[in-house]
Amino acid sequence: MEKLIFLIFAAVAVGSSLVVVIHKSPVYATMSLVLTLFSVAVLFVLLGAPFLGALQILIYAGAIVVLFLFVIMLLNLQKSDAERSRGGLGVAAVGALIFLGMIGLVFWRTGREAPPPLTEDFVSLKGLSAALFSDYLLPFEIVGLLLLVAVIGATVAARKAPQPGEGGASSLLPREDFVVEETHKEARS
Amino acid sequence: MNPEILATLAKYAVMFGVFINVAPIMNWVERRACAYIQDRPGPNRVGPLGLFQPLADAAKFMFKEDVTPAAADKLLYLMAPVLALLPAFTTFVIIPFGPDLTVAGRTIPLVVAPVDTGVLLFLALSSLAVYSLVLAGYASNNKFSLIGGIRASAQLISYELALTLSVLAVLLPVNSFRLADIVAYQQAHVWNFIPQVLGFVVFLIASFAETNRLPFDLPEAESELIAGFHTEYSAMRFAAFFQAEYTNMAALAALGVTLFFGGWSLPGVHLTGWLGAVVGLVTLVAKIAVCMAVFVWVRWTFPRFRYDQLMRLGWKVLLPLSILNLILVAAMTLAGWL
Repeated sequence: MEKLIFLIFAAVAVGSSLVVVIHKSPVYATMSLVLTLFSVAVLFVLLGAPFLGALQILIYAGAIVVLFLFVIMLLNLQKSDAERSRGGLGVAAVGALIFLGMIGLVFWRTGREAPPPLTEDFVSLKGLSAALFSDYLLPFEIVGLLLLVAVIGATVAARKAPQPGEGGASSLLPREDFVVEETHKEARS
Repeated sequence: MNPEILATLAKYAVMFGVFINVAPIMNWVERRACAYIQDRPGPNRVGPLGLFQPLADAAKFMFKEDVTPAAADKLLYLMAPVLALLPAFTTFVIIPFGPDLTVAGRTIPLVVAPVDTGVLLFLALSSLAVYSLVLAGYASNNKFSLIGGIRASAQLISYELALTLSVLAVLLPVNSFRLADIVAYQQAHVWNFIPQVLGFVVFLIASFAETNRLPFDLPEAESELIAGFHTEYSAMRFAAFFQAEYTNMAALAALGVTLFFGGWSLPGVHLTGWLGAVVGLVTLVAKIAVCMAVFVWVRWTFPRFRYDQLMRLGWKVLLPLSILNLILVAAMTLAGWL
C-alpha cells in the first residue's frame, strides 16, 4: 500500500516537473509546479515527516507559487512562442550534468546499503525546532539576516524615485502598499 | 473491512453531512436575513416561510444551460470549480467534534484525522483555495474575471499571514498542534478568547477576508466587477463556487470556535460515551451556526473596503497587531499566567 502510494506520487512529481520545464504556457507550467510540490509533500509524509509536508504545502504551494501566478497574470504573459536558443540548451545541459553529478556524489558517499531510517526524534516538531535553535542557531540567524537584506533590497529596487512633475510621496501611496506586500512575501520564503 | 478505516469513513460521513448542508441552509438564511435587514419580505413563496427555496434553487442550477465562453482556456476553466470544492471538503477533517468514544473496546478519537500537524494541515489545505479563484479569473478570458482573480490572490495571501500568526498564538500555551489538545486545554482553563482577545479580533477580521465576504469581497465586487472571478460561470459550475464559499466559511468558523470558544465542549459539562458524542457534535454545530449568523449580519451591515484600504488594513494594522499578540502571549506563557 505504502509502496503503491509512493510510486503514484513519485511518478506524478516527475511527470509534472517535466511539464513545468516543457510547457509553453506559463500558467500551465505554474500549476504543474503546484502539483509537483503537492506530490513531494505527500512523499515527505510517507517518509514520516508530516510537519515538513504540511509546511511544503503551506509555504510553497499556498504562498510562493500564488505569487508567481499573481505576477504572470499581472503582466498578462501569453504562451511564449520564442524558439529555444542553442545557447539555452547548452546551459540546461550543463545544469543537468552538475545536478546528476551531485546526486551521484550523494549515492557514492552514502554507499550502497539503504540509509538508516530517520529517528522519530529527528522528524518530530520538537526535535526539529530544538536542533534549529541550539546546534544550528548561527546558520539559522544568518539566513534570517540574509532574508532581511533581501527584503530591504527589494523595497529599494521597487520604489521609484518621485518624478519632479508629480506630487511627490502622496502620488506613490498605492504603489507603496504594493511594495510592502511584495517584500513581506519574500520574507516568508 | 479494517475497523480503523471503517471508523474514519463513518466520522467523515458525519462531518460531510454537516458541511454539505451548510450551503443550502445558508442560501435561505442569507436571503431571508438580508431581506429582514433591508425591510422587505425576501423569498417567501416556495414552501412555508420560503423554506424550500434552496431545493428550487438546486433544481434550477441543474437544468440551466452550462455555458463555456468560446475564448476560455477550456481545461483550466473546467478545473477551477473542482479545485474550489477540494479544500472546502478536506479542511474539516482535523476539527474534533466530541470526546473520545469507546466502541467494542476501541478508543476512537472523534476527529476524522487525528494527526500531529493538526492546525498546520488545516492552514495548508485552506491556502490552496486561492488557486480556484485565480484560475477561474484567468481561464474565463474576461477583463472583470481577471481583475477579480488578481485581487483574490493578493488579498488571500495578505490576510493569511495575520490569520496564521493569530492561530499560532493560541498554540503557544497548549504546546501542541492538535485541536483536541486545544479543546482539552480550554476545558481545564477558560475559553481562549478571554486571555487572547486581541488574537481573536485579528482572526475574526482575517477570516472575513479569507472567505471573500463583505466588507472584503473585492474579488467579486458586483458594482465594479459584475461578479469577479465567477462572472462567466453558470449552472452547476456556479453552484460549485457557491457551495465552496459557504463550506469554507463553515470550516473557518469551526476552526475559530475550536481555537477560541472551546470547540465541542461546554463549561461545566463533562459527558462521555454516545451521549457525550452527540452533545459534542450538536454544540459544535450550534457554535458554527452562531458564527455563520455573524457572517451574514456583518455582510449586510458594512460597506465594501476600497482596494488600497484593504491592503493597508492587512499589512499595516492586522499584521503588526498579530505579531504584538504573539509576543504578548509568549510573554504571558513564559510568566506562567496562561
